[in-house]
Amino acid sequence: MTALGAIDSVNLNGGQKLAIKYYSVAVILFGAQIAFGLLAGLQYLIPDFLYGVLDFSINRMVHINAMVVWMLFGFIGSVYWLLEDESGIPIVGLKLGNLVFWIFTLAVIVVVAVYLLVQVGPGEHSTLWFITEGREYIEAPRWADIGIVVCLLVFFFNAAATFGKGKWTGIGGVLVLDLIALFGIYLAGMFYTTNISVDQYWWWWVIHLWVEATWEVLVGGLMAYGLMTVLGARRKIVETWLYIEVALMFGSGILGLGHHYFWIGTPEYWLSIGGFFSALEPVPLVAMVVHAVFDSGVHKMRSSNHPAMGWLIAHAFGNFFGAGVWGFMHTLPQINLFTHGTQWSASHGHLAFFGAYATINIAFFYIALQKWRGNVWMSGGLIGNWKWKWSMVLLNLGMVGMTMGLLVAGYEQSQIERAIEGSTWAGYFAAQSHPWFQQGMFWRMIFGGMFAAGYVLLVWDLLTIGRRETRPALRTSTD
Amino acid sequence: MTTGTWWASETFWRKTAIWVTAGSFVVLVFLTFDSMSQITAGTKRVPAYSAINHRIEYQFDEKRHVQVPVIGAEEPLFGRKLTEQEAEALVGKGKLTVQAKNCMACHTLLGNGAYYAPDLTKAWLDPFWSSRKMREELMVEFIKDPSDKVHNSLGRRMPKLGVTDEEARAIVAFLKWMSTIDTNGFPYNFKSLDQEN
Repeated sequence: MTALGAIDSVNLNGGQKLAIKYYSVAVILFGAQIAFGLLAGLQYLIPDFLYGVLDFSINRMVHINAMVVWMLFGFIGSVYWLLEDESGIPIVGLKLGNLVFWIFTLAVIVVVAVYLLVQVGPGEHSTLWFITEGREYIEAPRWADIGIVVCLLVFFFNAAATFGKGKWTGIGGVLVLDLIALFGIYLAGMFYTTNISVDQYWWWWVIHLWVEATWEVLVGGLMAYGLMTVLGARRKIVETWLYIEVALMFGSGILGLGHHYFWIGTPEYWLSIGGFFSALEPVPLVAMVVHAVFDSGVHKMRSSNHPAMGWLIAHAFGNFFGAGVWGFMHTLPQINLFTHGTQWSASHGHLAFFGAYATINIAFFYIALQKWRGNVWMSGGLIGNWKWKWSMVLLNLGMVGMTMGLLVAGYEQSQIERAIEGSTWAGYFAAQSHPWFQQGMFWRMIFGGMFAAGYVLLVWDLLTIGRRETRPALRTSTD
Repeated sequence: MTTGTWWASETFWRKTAIWVTAGSFVVLVFLTFDSMSQITAGTKRVPAYSAINHRIEYQFDEKRHVQVPVIGAEEPLFGRKLTEQEAEALVGKGKLTVQAKNCMACHTLLGNGAYYAPDLTKAWLDPFWSSRKMREELMVEFIKDPSDKVHNSLGRRMPKLGVTDEEARAIVAFLKWMSTIDTNGFPYNFKSLDQEN
């Protein structure tokens, strides 16, 4: 038995040891996402910065790809984290899971190295197979796509087989069904077509149905587990809420896909269908806020893990504002005609991905660290608790600042480039060189720096939190 | 919470979740079949690749109250009329190059992509190309080496991406074809190159 507060893998079950590996890579990739985001942001202000060496396209691609992968690693880690707890038995294919982790990580390193060193290729199919597929968010070359599918299949097998052999819980059932969709939908993005309308139709199946449907349901499941762990919320309550959220999320999100089919050549009926269902998409996010806040109130904010609880609440609100409010603001076709493809989308993208997904992954990092250190005290009066509080402030404020900077730029662009100038090349640059746009980009950079500082503090905190604590974790009541 | 009421029960919501998800998905599959039939190349909304043999205009439609692409008189790209197969091969090569050079990591196509460079949905019709006569060659030259062609007060430039002459011509074909897609009026109020010059 090791001392309380010391990091020791004896404190973890098999799945949790694997989760720690996924989390470690996730944190590193989160850093890469920020670094390349800063480079790309700087290029808006200093266009010749790294021109011809690391062009905007490369920085931006690594920025968004690092994001997708670190979030995916966080989710996979979190499912492995809760798998043995929930199912009540050891993971069926843990060795395979470990092997796949190394393969997946190695593949990510190779893909990024090729992105940075080779960058682009000739207009041949071989480029799509080995360098880049050149489609936003899923730029990874085809060989990596196949690798991702294999990795996800093994992950799915581990989750399904472990729950199947042990016991099914509500959370387990939702997660396993969701993983089928997660894996199945990815296949829709793995073919080439000359027809750009057909291309984007299926591309959105992957992007929208991942981000606005299956990922949302996945984090709904994680949230349910998180509230039980941190607050001691009752299973019956969190699982009933989970079903409500799944019904609302898929009920609005699946046909909400239509809001991406306004302008890509698809028929006009999508204007009504997409507008209507996507306008409903914030509803489940409201439900999630109510649920989280209500549960915290019931338990009088007595949580066994303050940093995790803080980030779970940040998730509930971030998801609602970032995905819900910021999405709703420009989802109706009457406004989207002017905002589509401007910095509006970037503003929404930043707040939504952070609010909905970065937050809950960070919450799970804290849940993991508490257990890794022998279920150490992480409630009030935690030693060195300024670090998690300040990193949370800097990350959230930095993100809100970036979002607002981009929003100002987006407003200006919608008006000047789109409404007035009609989206010509000259109109585009008239908007880009407008002082309001430049100011928006300048402040985005400042707040980007703040966000990066928050990240550094977060990493420092994750490495040290609970180290000198000798008190055991607060026991939460389950009533 | 009163657990006795049916609307607050776990079972009710589990069933609702399953039915709502399945129902929505079935509707989506149905709409997908319909959409595919309407956006296959060679349909009204997404014209055949051989449309690049014709003049493309973007005109205001009084009934729909949006601008729509209109395929006009014969005006072959690079002065050579192509068969449907040849046109598809050329546009296909262009699309492949657009992916291989990762154009979407700076530009938007149909409004999707990144926002560091102009939208290319109607690039073929953009007044930047000054006149119908000059357009094709200007576009090819620009795509092959944009690094020395300053075109805005910001100093933002497109890098030289090693695009060959053949690839550049294919990209132009792809851009011309993309401008024929009926995008429900996106981008709104686009002021196209005066094609009567």
